[in-house]
Amino acid sequence: MKVGIVVFPGTNCDRDIFWSIKTLGGTPVYIWHEQEDAGDIDCIILPGGFSYGDYLRVGGLAKFSKIMDRIGLFADEGKFVIGICNGFQILCESGLLPGVLMRNINMRFICRDIFVKVERSGYVFTKNIEGKILKMPIAHKEGNFWCNNETYEGLKKNGQIVFSYCTLDSEIKDAANPNGSLHNIAGVCNIRGNVLGMMPHPERVCEELLGGVDGRQVLDFVGRENG
Amino acid sequence: MKKEIEARGLSEEEYKYLLKILKREPSPLELDIIGAMWSEHCCYKSSKHILKKLPTEGKQVIIGPGENAGAVNIGNGYVAIFKMESHNHPSFIEPYQGAATGVGGILRDIFTMGARPIAMLNSLRFGHPNDKKTKYLIDGVVRGIGDYGNCMGIPTVGGETYFDESYNKNNLVNAFCIGITKRKNIFLGKAKTIGNPVIYVGSKTGCDGIQGAVMASQSFDKKAEEKRPTVQVGDPFTEKLLLEACLETMDKKLVEGMQDMGAAGLTSSSFEMSDRGKRGMKLYLDRVPLREKLNLKEIMLSESQERMLVVAKKGKEKDVMNIFKKWGLDAEVIGEVIKERCIKIYSEGNEICSLPTKVVVEKAPKYKRKTKKPSYLKTTGKFNYNSLPEPKDYNEILLKLFSSPDLCSKKWIYEQYDFSVGTNTILGPGSDCGIIRIKETGEAIAITVDGNMRYTYLNPFIGGINAVCESYRNITCCGGKPLALTDCLNFGNPENKEVMWQFKKAVEGIAQAAKSLNTPAVSGNVSFYNETNKTSIYPTPIIGMVGILEKAEDYIPSFFTNEGEDILILGNLKQEELGGSAYLKWIYNKVEGKPPQPNINTEKKLQKIITKCRDIISCAHDISDGGIAVSLAEMSIKNNIGAHIKFYFSKRKDFLLFSEPQAVIIITTKDKEKIKIAAEKENVNIAEIGKTQGNRLYIENVIDISLKEIEQARKSFFEKLLPD
Repeated sequence: MKVGIVVFPGTNCDRDIFWSIKTLGGTPVYIWHEQEDAGDIDCIILPGGFSYGDYLRVGGLAKFSKIMDRIGLFADEGKFVIGICNGFQILCESGLLPGVLMRNINMRFICRDIFVKVERSGYVFTKNIEGKILKMPIAHKEGNFWCNNETYEGLKKNGQIVFSYCTLDSEIKDAANPNGSLHNIAGVCNIRGNVLGMMPHPERVCEELLGGVDGRQVLDFVGRENG
Repeated sequence: MKKEIEARGLSEEEYKYLLKILKREPSPLELDIIGAMWSEHCCYKSSKHILKKLPTEGKQVIIGPGENAGAVNIGNGYVAIFKMESHNHPSFIEPYQGAATGVGGILRDIFTMGARPIAMLNSLRFGHPNDKKTKYLIDGVVRGIGDYGNCMGIPTVGGETYFDESYNKNNLVNAFCIGITKRKNIFLGKAKTIGNPVIYVGSKTGCDGIQGAVMASQSFDKKAEEKRPTVQVGDPFTEKLLLEACLETMDKKLVEGMQDMGAAGLTSSSFEMSDRGKRGMKLYLDRVPLREKLNLKEIMLSESQERMLVVAKKGKEKDVMNIFKKWGLDAEVIGEVIKERCIKIYSEGNEICSLPTKVVVEKAPKYKRKTKKPSYLKTTGKFNYNSLPEPKDYNEILLKLFSSPDLCSKKWIYEQYDFSVGTNTILGPGSDCGIIRIKETGEAIAITVDGNMRYTYLNPFIGGINAVCESYRNITCCGGKPLALTDCLNFGNPENKEVMWQFKKAVEGIAQAAKSLNTPAVSGNVSFYNETNKTSIYPTPIIGMVGILEKAEDYIPSFFTNEGEDILILGNLKQEELGGSAYLKWIYNKVEGKPPQPNINTEKKLQKIITKCRDIISCAHDISDGGIAVSLAEMSIKNNIGAHIKFYFSKRKDFLLFSEPQAVIIITTKDKEKIKIAAEKENVNIAEIGKTQGNRLYIENVIDISLKEIEQARKSFFEKLLPD
């Protein structure tokens, strides 16, 4: 699968995603934020980092980039868009995903391994791993997901919650919530199920050498021919 | 005049010397330039002759000291470029910005040479936890380091943090950075080709950090806080853009050399680049991009961050400018390289300064300052450990050690740093070394920073040796082959004879160990004047060492991985090595005795044994702060695998359990016989002390604690100091 990796000024996980996609058998290409056309690709990933230095608000400036209009159209066509960490924040800011990501509840940056449960959702690429517990790192200061009650009920009803922070024994409780996210939400998708946003970094756990391979279960699809 | 000289941090003698070598009166601007360039911080006037003792050469060395950073060969056509630098003074005055800009500065030193930074570490010292400023300082410093490094996307993979009253008014922030590039793609901070354009790139110049270099070369008094305007303000987002833009210009071969506008800003970068290339420069100050209205002195001495001076190839100006424009950064041609070894500064069409680089750089004053053995050493070495009461409950003592500032878990700190970005971190914080995979070659590098200031205080020479040996041993434990080191030497006031003695002896110690272990010093930094109201810090030399693992997969973890394995000790488990130990400090509040004796020869042999037996060693960790009981517990916690241990005590139990003997490594294995043969061949002591088992640390007749309890004790320090 040909995967476009969007690079904003301040993006810093672009090279990591590039490497992981290559490792998993996909074909990665970079897309500079000023490009109006993303070219012929099957999936777009918005990587982590600090686009525009997090000025104004996390993801608040990236949403005005030229490429974001294209990504909106791309999503409308039903093609796949994934935002990881800062990418998730940008997708929320630009309205492609519901909710907001606020400052972590302890007001500090947190880098650590966490567990998430893969929920039953409308997101196609996690169909085969529903119910599984994945270990992945988080590394962010603004990962505290929030939305109003009405939106949350909608997320539940439509199967838009893709990942929830949990314990090793798959319990979804406060002690497993690293950042204060509403109902332990770690990742959500849109109603159609083709746009995914997640705070954990699957690209960092695709090799045994780096301490885990659970990220493969999320990203493996890039190695397939056409989704 | 006296006032004007003093305001620039110069002495009267230095001014007289300047008149002699310049052969005329300097203009006020020239005097500003000289003041900054002749500051201790910029010209190492007190330390240069002593630093010459450090070994700097070896087969592995590609670039030694004198450049922005040192470079060592890591094979397959690649080099590792690294350096460690202090940002102590600013981090006390304004901890967040001081620490952040320290990280920014060391990053620029690495990418200015054409290398993409791949990892950072840091070494921190704070005052006593009960001191009213300590919380504020640690919070600011950690956030500062985190916010800068995280935004840059460079993982912070290790470090060390100690607390001691000695740093109450002078905390230390030493930042280490390493980058990788192809050997043929190294760029130097040199202006060589006459007629090449000199381009200013990066942020605009503002009036922050003016005379920062002078500030960093003075002691503190009651008015330290008033110096806040001399601290720079960092912007990691701009630095990230600068990194990408600089690497792009170098990748496209558009530049001859570049240098960070660090301490003393445009002044030091222009003088040093010219001096290295044996050339000069014309600089047109009216073209310097400004954030606000500044006078000429401010333009020359501003230490605004995220700026570089680039010497481009002639005719490539446009291409260079376009790249910086793409990344949204300022770039202006502000001058050119000239043959005359002189910096000529112009403003409004007039030449307003013309200083020979020789006068400013080469002929900067050098001092052989007086030294005197400190008087406190008369008594410390005679301390009798038997005068201390023997503990009754060893469980309690061990838990107390683990809740002490030195031996507690530093998770609170390192979880605020992104240590897994880059998809290269094999071992991150909490291990003996940071281990970083190199994608380009399949190798990995092992990196560690170490320095025990209490050892150095009790015997600077031994302290210097032990710092190098500890780094070397940490790399050995991780399965690496040590290559070279960088040093960050933090001391008090060099005009104090006793401080100068400590400095001289510590450097001699480092030199001796580095020479015998073949780990030359390829870069480094000296930070003097860590003194407040005439009280100096403990002498604190920090060593950053880099080693190589030919195959990334061959790393050795620092913690137990399987139950039922044999635990062996390699080296001489000496008793009563309690001088400067964590046990004396945090149980009895004493810093006394003789520091543990080094054994360089054994260190070398341990390296051989571990390398040879790599296949059958499942984990390795050295004995260090806290002694063997602490080391065993540290090995247990990560995977919740305990140990069942038996010792033969011939003296007091604490003399063995909390001793900090050097050149001792604990390993686990399934094939002890093979290791015994290897150890006997090298004539290194080997002892079987027990097995990995269960989830308790059990040492027969002395200690029996659950790992959970130890983990809780380790967490308790930061939970109490800085609750969420």
